[in-house]
Amino acid sequence: MNRELKILVRHLNFFYGDVHALKNINLEIPTHHVSALIGPSGCGKTTFLRCLNRMNDVIEGIRMEGEILLDGTNICGREVDPVQVRRKVGMVFQKSNPFPKTIFENVAYGLRINGNYSRREIEELVEKSLKDAALWDEVSDRLEDSAMELSGGQQQRLCIARALAVKPEVLLMDEPASALDPIATQKIEELIQDLKTKYTIVIVTHNMQQAARVSDYTAFFYLGELIEVDRTDKIFTHPELKRTEDYITGRFG
Amino acid sequence: MKRKWSEKLGFLILTLSGIFVVFILGVILFDIISKGSSVITWEFLTHPPRDGMTKGGIFPAILGTFLVSVITVLFAVPLGMFAAIYLHEYARAGRLTRLIRLSIRNLSGVPSIVYGLFGVVIFVQILTLGTSILAAGLTLGLLTLPWTITACEEALKTVPKSYREGALALGATKWYSIRTNVLPYAIPGMLTGTILGLARASGETAPILFTGAAFFLPHLPKSIFDQFMALPYHLYILATQHHSITLVRPIAYGTALVLLALVLTLSFSAVLVRYRYRKKMRG
Repeated sequence: MNRELKILVRHLNFFYGDVHALKNINLEIPTHHVSALIGPSGCGKTTFLRCLNRMNDVIEGIRMEGEILLDGTNICGREVDPVQVRRKVGMVFQKSNPFPKTIFENVAYGLRINGNYSRREIEELVEKSLKDAALWDEVSDRLEDSAMELSGGQQQRLCIARALAVKPEVLLMDEPASALDPIATQKIEELIQDLKTKYTIVIVTHNMQQAARVSDYTAFFYLGELIEVDRTDKIFTHPELKRTEDYITGRFG
Repeated sequence: MKRKWSEKLGFLILTLSGIFVVFILGVILFDIISKGSSVITWEFLTHPPRDGMTKGGIFPAILGTFLVSVITVLFAVPLGMFAAIYLHEYARAGRLTRLIRLSIRNLSGVPSIVYGLFGVVIFVQILTLGTSILAAGLTLGLLTLPWTITACEEALKTVPKSYREGALALGATKWYSIRTNVLPYAIPGMLTGTILGLARASGETAPILFTGAAFFLPHLPKSIFDQFMALPYHLYILATQHHSITLVRPIAYGTALVLLALVLTLSFSAVLVRYRYRKKMRG
């Protein structure tokens, strides 16, 4: 496998209080590809995803050991400012969470955090982000409407646009389509394909077909351990381990 | 069949309990309005008492209550809001947080006369503010503090966690996320709770009794370090301390009506503030 690495995870252990939620994870996440994390509920895949942008820091009583190298720099450690990490590693949540502001202000929110943009630059970036998230055509004439009036699928694409606006390098997606209907899901999946040319994407999904459709690499988590990781086509046709095969073929999970 | 009857009976008891509350409020309102409205004139609202309080108006008491309320708000609102933000957004589970919460719960149970005595010692004597508008306002501020903190914290609780996480995920600092994506949605609730607390406080007598309220003053207060007359205390005097109680009874009812109107106006404005803010947020 000859490819450029965006993220390298080494000996990552994660604890919620006394619960050992992630056990010695070693994983490579290649640049400009889609990596899918699969596994049954409670296997640690979402916890792992939230390690990558230090989102677990908001929870009390957690402990993280090991290394997560983003472009060779460790982002895992107390001395690292999670705010800086999150500017490079964006996130889209399972349940779409538009802010109760206008569509425009939702996308502009991240841009205003740094505050170095002119009004004109913000307008341009909002338009570009909405286009990148394949939402522009549906909302261009009502940017001043409340984001809460959009449909579920549109709201999720708005959240993607909002994440893209701050120009992250990595985009984390936590089951981004689990609450959407099949048509909205398809749009999100097509979008992921478009986005991977510019971003490194890590997606958590419960849906095996989705992992097979959208990802280039798949990692199978089980009970806090990384069981197997490989090219998606290989994982889904010739997995090395029996446990992986059992999960993928629906024999458990 | 029997089951149906018992359900009907239960429903009747619940309904009557609800109606009873309305009934009590109705009786109080009717009593005070019917006996008090006859003395309400422009002169009553804008002039000081005359002839040993048997004639004239209650303007100094209205002004006093207003000024004290301003001090109360200026003291209790920022402090209560910041305490609530600390407790809800920053405090980690631990001994200190438990102690703070326990203190707030206990403070809300302290009788108002105890606040009055506390105010005398701390504000009037130790901080040498004297018996004054400032000392009384601060004392009332302390009294409303537990309510303000609780109201503000409840308001913060209504803002979904996903707004905070969404902002953090975009690279916002915690304070930026709270300031721009939590507080704007919590402020209507905070205001409503605070105004209701103030409505409660402005009717209190005991905390201002020793800290600044005067029996009668021939002139209006010139600064916040002066004594003042206040509606609830004025009412108390007219109702129990005056040498000819029957003579001043109409004035007492008029005072009660003004105080009641003030409190109800505050409560109503709380509802209005919330309504307007919500509308603005949606737009």
